[in-house]
Amino acid sequence: MILGQLFFFVFAGVMIASAVMVVGSRNPVHSVLFLILAFFNAAGLFLLLGAEFLAMILVVVYVGAVAVLFLFVVMMLDMDFAELRQGAQEYLPVGALVGLIILVELLVVIGGWTLDPQVVQTSAAPVAEGVSNTTALGQILFTRYIFFFQIAGLVLLVAMIGAIVLTLRHKENVKRQSIAAQVARDPKTAVEVRKVETGKGI
Amino acid sequence: MPEVISDYLPIAIFIAVAGVIGLALMVAPFIIAVQHPDTEKLSAYECGFDAFDDARMKFDVRFYLVAILFIIFDLEVAFLFPWAAAFGELGWFGFWSMMVFLGVLTIGFAYEWKKGALEWD
Amino acid sequence: MAEFWTSYLLPGLIIALQSVVLLVALLIIIAFLLLADRKVWAAVQMRRGPNVVGPWGLLQSFADLLKFVFKEPVIPAASNKGVFLLAPLISCILALSAWAVVPVSGGWVIADINVGILYIFAISSLGVYGVIMGGWASNSKYAFLGALRSAAQMVSYEVSIGFVIITVLLCVGSLNLTDIVMAQKGDYGLFSWFWLPLFPMFIVFFISALAETNRPPFDLPEAESELVAGFMVEYSSTPYLLFMLGEYVSITLMCALTTILFLGGWLPPVDIAPFNLVPGIIWFVLKVCFVFFMFAMVKAMVPRYRYDQLMRLGWKVFLPLSLLMVFIVAIVLQLTGWTA
Repeated sequence: MILGQLFFFVFAGVMIASAVMVVGSRNPVHSVLFLILAFFNAAGLFLLLGAEFLAMILVVVYVGAVAVLFLFVVMMLDMDFAELRQGAQEYLPVGALVGLIILVELLVVIGGWTLDPQVVQTSAAPVAEGVSNTTALGQILFTRYIFFFQIAGLVLLVAMIGAIVLTLRHKENVKRQSIAAQVARDPKTAVEVRKVETGKGI
Repeated sequence: MPEVISDYLPIAIFIAVAGVIGLALMVAPFIIAVQHPDTEKLSAYECGFDAFDDARMKFDVRFYLVAILFIIFDLEVAFLFPWAAAFGELGWFGFWSMMVFLGVLTIGFAYEWKKGALEWD
Repeated sequence: MAEFWTSYLLPGLIIALQSVVLLVALLIIIAFLLLADRKVWAAVQMRRGPNVVGPWGLLQSFADLLKFVFKEPVIPAASNKGVFLLAPLISCILALSAWAVVPVSGGWVIADINVGILYIFAISSLGVYGVIMGGWASNSKYAFLGALRSAAQMVSYEVSIGFVIITVLLCVGSLNLTDIVMAQKGDYGLFSWFWLPLFPMFIVFFISALAETNRPPFDLPEAESELVAGFMVEYSSTPYLLFMLGEYVSITLMCALTTILFLGGWLPPVDIAPFNLVPGIIWFVLKVCFVFFMFAMVKAMVPRYRYDQLMRLGWKVFLPLSLLMVFIVAIVLQLTGWTA
């Protein structure tokens, strides 16, 4: 068990340190890279809990997709970071308030845990024995929790439409390739044979 | 050893070994190769003139759109993995549940297509 | 203390030894595959290819390695040095680390985890970082443009790779790579492997794998006629070597994945006397070499795509096709209960 604890402290320690660096580092690209490191360690913590599927999905979705978008944004927007930093002062109280609320909520959750450990055992879906993590998830997600699942689908649909409405701008005067039109061309529509008299053009 | 650790410890060791190999290759030329840096050698590659400004510039918003659409489809795939793993036990209800989910996202996909979000210009 | 030795240290050492053996074997095989790639390419163009170092040029890759190590490493003055050096290291180590879960023969695997295919999917989705970081840290226009293109390209094709993997998983019902191979063991030898029942997906996977690893005809990130060398412009010496190595390792990984998902892994093509006596690893390596040969032939024969064509193929052809196939495979399985 020593090894498990060792890994827990390594993952947790690196995660907290990199979370601090996300906020603290001067270069925003470094911030995102530290965020990615934090995601990795969170995945490691999931693994230690035995939640293999969640760990892998965390890497696939957050590191492989969301953080790529973050990197796009911070790497390639050329903004003046010194100016941004000045603005940070006035948002400090709001940020502190949000942090405080989250802290209180976390304390409530953890407090509830210590008061009644039975809560975990009596949860709606008992932990399945003898099947892998992923299969166990699949067995309940699509039947017992179908409404949440469908709502997730609708949220994704809204996200898709929202992204298009917000970002899509078509350029003017762009010639597009129409593969269907190209393939449908035949000699009759493309070539015309004309008799050309000698010494005269068309 | 507990099961998770015995499953994943090999991966950690493997990555460590791969890291040692990569790092050794990386460090080697800094130790053994000759280094004579000068201003021209250390400047960024350009076609015959000095770079006018910083290379990091604004670029088309389209790249963000591709990244966002990718996130959405990636999540869709993430939902499909446990479904495929448990497919044998789900029966018709689980089957149609996923089909409705896919149908909703196909509507979004059709909307994208119609709007021309998938055109690249 | 004795308990600690037998339960932790000894297994750990054995695993480390296995890892070293696998990695060294992999790197040596890649050295020869690289040569084979160049030889095939040369043969298609009626050239002889590398033929000076060693008999038939067999030692060419090793000579190249030495050359890279003795080259002067140049780090551009305007670059972000830390990220600049981290990028090739990351792309190489990530590509290598995916091999930890690949079963090269029955039971011959470093880590036989339940979610093997998901692990590989996760690792291959991280490949984009080496490219973006390298392109950004170089602070050069060519590198930047290459990185941008490459990132959009790699994520576009990853979606269809995901759907293709789902169609295979539907037939298997497990995310373990060994289970995926064993599910293809049937009475008809090579005709019960998944390439036949899932034929269109085999092709889609192969082409997406080309795009995902930036191989020609999808090598736009490093299109030498427009971007010089894309995100690798500013790299020299072993940092460049690490990028190239990472690229070839992920190519062989994709070949191995094609083998495992569609070509029956280490299973013999016909389950009768002379064939099933050959050890599984031989079959596995042969199949990987076969898929790699197809990669090399595509490189030699197909002209490079234009960027809008590339995005069109990914989003408008492969994505709907593979999504439709997920539906078809699911409904067929649901109606017939058929498994390969």
